[in-house]
Amino acid sequence: MRQTQEKVLDFAERASMRVWINQEPHELPEGMTLADAVATAAVNAPFAVAVNQEFIPRSRYAETSLREGDRVEIVAPTVGG
Amino acid sequence: MSISKSLVSSFPSVDEEDALTLYGQRFSSRLMLGTARYPSPAVLEAAISCARPCMLTASLRRQGAFGRDTSQGFWTLLQKMGIPILPNTAGCHSLQEVISTAEMAREVFATDWIKLELIGDDYTLQPDTLQLPAAAAELIRRGFKVLPYTTDDLVLCQRLLDVGCEAVMPWAAPIGTGKGPLNPYNLRMLRERIQVPLIIDAGLGLPSHACQVMEWGFDGVLLNTAVALARDPVAMAGAFAKAVGAGRQAYRAGAMLPQDVAQPSTPVLGTPFWHQS
Repeated sequence: MRQTQEKVLDFAERASMRVWINQEPHELPEGMTLADAVATAAVNAPFAVAVNQEFIPRSRYAETSLREGDRVEIVAPTVGG
Repeated sequence: MSISKSLVSSFPSVDEEDALTLYGQRFSSRLMLGTARYPSPAVLEAAISCARPCMLTASLRRQGAFGRDTSQGFWTLLQKMGIPILPNTAGCHSLQEVISTAEMAREVFATDWIKLELIGDDYTLQPDTLQLPAAAAELIRRGFKVLPYTTDDLVLCQRLLDVGCEAVMPWAAPIGTGKGPLNPYNLRMLRERIQVPLIIDAGLGLPSHACQVMEWGFDGVLLNTAVALARDPVAMAGAFAKAVGAGRQAYRAGAMLPQDVAQPSTPVLGTPFWHQS
């Protein structure tokens, strides 16, 4: 987590972008990766992610850069029929 | 009169002989249970223990939508039960939503099984019958074991088989209505024409409904609301489990043909006081 916070600080000088995470707007440093964005969301259960409706496997979080207006969905297990 | 094999303990039980096989995997139970709408996680857990289902359905929703710890609690319960998970694509209205949801479910639940739900009408929750085969085909291409929730339309079910589905899950009635089989003719015709496993998914309300469709030769039932909204969900889970078992046993036993005319079951020969008039 500390490493992530340092990365966020590194990005602080750069321009920011607005990214939607589970419908909530977030101002994030431009070029932030999905890995960093997920880390800031502090998810505490198994989860999976889609960006702009497309599933992103866990193995690709670090190489996936977010862009202005991206819509990130983080989903977790819930009851269902 | 011969003694039924199932009554003799030295013989294998009917359940062991008569496993449900889906995509090459054998299951000892023919009941699938949904996990939603129970009064509490404790009641859900007790109902699962009572019903002993072959699979539990589960879903994915936005993280945190039901409180921070709810997902973790549900996940812990699933792990504890140790029953195969059947994730669904509930709420999806497009091919893209179905594909992404299924892929996310595969990663979260670590399973290739998917209950394909592609909704075409929000009022009746009727599947999008025109897009369903294409969605099933794409999921199968991606390596999923697809159990499609479908209407009781014969041609649609045949198209689902054509694209590679090895089982089909027709509705008995709209989801959550508890009305029981609305169109027995369609369902029985499906059973007549389709050879792969057929699981009745949606619309059952009573154990007698489950028993009825099992007597018709359906291979299993998927229940949720009928158990979860019963006054005593745990007791109802047990009642459904027995009904499914009874219906299956009756189907295998082969029912008598109904007759139009009464026939005395007690022998007539030797009836006292009888004399030819």
